[in-house]
Amino acid sequence: MPVVRIPTPLRPQAGGLDKIEAAGSTVGEVLADLGRQHPAIRERLFDGAEIRRFVNVYVNNEDVRFLDDLDTPVGEKDEVAIIPAVAGG
Amino acid sequence: MTGLKCRLCGKLYGKDEALNFCTDDFGPLEVAYDYDAVARVFSRQTVAARPRTMWRYRELLPVDGEPTVGVHVGCTPLIRADRLAKALGVAELYLKNDAVNHPSLSFKDRVVAVALSKAVEMGFQTVGCASTGNLAGSVAANAAAAGLDAYVLIPEGLEQGKVLGATIYGAKVVAVRGNYDHVNRLCSQIAFRYGWGFVNVNLRPFYAEGSKSMGYEIAEDLGWRAPDHVVAPMAGGSLIGKLHKAFHELDRLGMLEAPVRTRMFGAQAAGCNPISNTVKTGARKVKPVRDPDTIAKSLAIGDPADGWFASQLIQETGGWSEDVSDDAIIDGMRLLAETEGIWAETAGGVTLAVAKKLIEEGRIDRDGSTVLCITGNGLKTQEALLERIPQPVVIKPSLEEFEALVEQGDEVFDHARLATA
Repeated sequence: MPVVRIPTPLRPQAGGLDKIEAAGSTVGEVLADLGRQHPAIRERLFDGAEIRRFVNVYVNNEDVRFLDDLDTPVGEKDEVAIIPAVAGG
Repeated sequence: MTGLKCRLCGKLYGKDEALNFCTDDFGPLEVAYDYDAVARVFSRQTVAARPRTMWRYRELLPVDGEPTVGVHVGCTPLIRADRLAKALGVAELYLKNDAVNHPSLSFKDRVVAVALSKAVEMGFQTVGCASTGNLAGSVAANAAAAGLDAYVLIPEGLEQGKVLGATIYGAKVVAVRGNYDHVNRLCSQIAFRYGWGFVNVNLRPFYAEGSKSMGYEIAEDLGWRAPDHVVAPMAGGSLIGKLHKAFHELDRLGMLEAPVRTRMFGAQAAGCNPISNTVKTGARKVKPVRDPDTIAKSLAIGDPADGWFASQLIQETGGWSEDVSDDAIIDGMRLLAETEGIWAETAGGVTLAVAKKLIEEGRIDRDGSTVLCITGNGLKTQEALLERIPQPVVIKPSLEEFEALVEQGDEVFDHARLATA
């Protein structure tokens, strides 16, 4: 099952976990399953159906905005990382 | 400062939180101040009585006690650039020259002075950064002077001057196979995992405030006026917003001669233009650039954290944004050097070339006052010029050879360039 990596400051909303297994064959499905397991994470990641402006999502090492956003395919062994966008510069 | 505040939802956080984003909506955290309290103790007279460093504006910077790192940073020259003004066809032009900032020759010393003073206050012993080059040198130098351990992460393939300018200070420099955005993402994970103070990750709200000092200095040196136009280079897009915030804070405190009407202009390279592209297309979102490709490596951030805010600010103030080719960047560097005797890094060439373009397009009024922000030093980006500027003409130590050379006229110096190009 794909694994989702949780940013450290959000772990309290994810049962203290740093990685969570979530089912799905696209980024959208995987994040939806994550949201079912941890509703507090879902409301932080999404504004309605859209990922919030300052949330970046990667599949393995690629930003999903360069792939197919929420429709990006995710394999069984892939890692989906949630990374806060407001860093650097 | 009173604490940190989410720019989206307004949620408040403590003033000693090493956190860059709101845990409710991932919005950026920004330092909040009690401006009424500041106004009671801070005035033009307070500023004038203090040494010429960025810390003369300390009430508007997020450090509680005495600053401990970067105490000599700032108050770089604001130069009236009449020869360049004539070349560009404008009446009143100034250069804010952070190419000679202390100690590491870029504007990054401002942000690092604040971030590392804060890091010391918070008790961090290990600090770090994700850098396109200038920040690497500044974190390394200032951390060394403060006795802190530093991890500096950079993309592979940076200019030698930038790499050496970090390693010389004993920092642990790590080159990452990838571009700056890869480095940045990795640092977001490292900072929280190890609990270190990464200046542009978990210390970013404090760090970013340091850029305001450039704006305070510009206004003070213009006789407590905000200029009509500012042209600033954009990488992550933070500086341009902080310059504007600085003018507004001074205005709010009653320290300016006239209300702020500054129009903000952002400069990028054509090979990495996510913010200027957003402005020019009026897009609702900043479209990141996957593979930045420009000689202005210090501006090569494809996914700028403050890109959205920068594009909004530019539009709200009636400014504009442009991007320029590598050849135009080189021409900009040369024009600045040949008219004003200032050797800026490639980002300075971007700023100058964009200013020229905006003036020609009529976006910048020729009769207004314009400040160009020069943020880094040309000594650090020599590779960009090696193949593109004249080599010395070589002669024997003979008066006859020199006389023959002078008789050939000035062209011989340009031919020397063509021979190597």
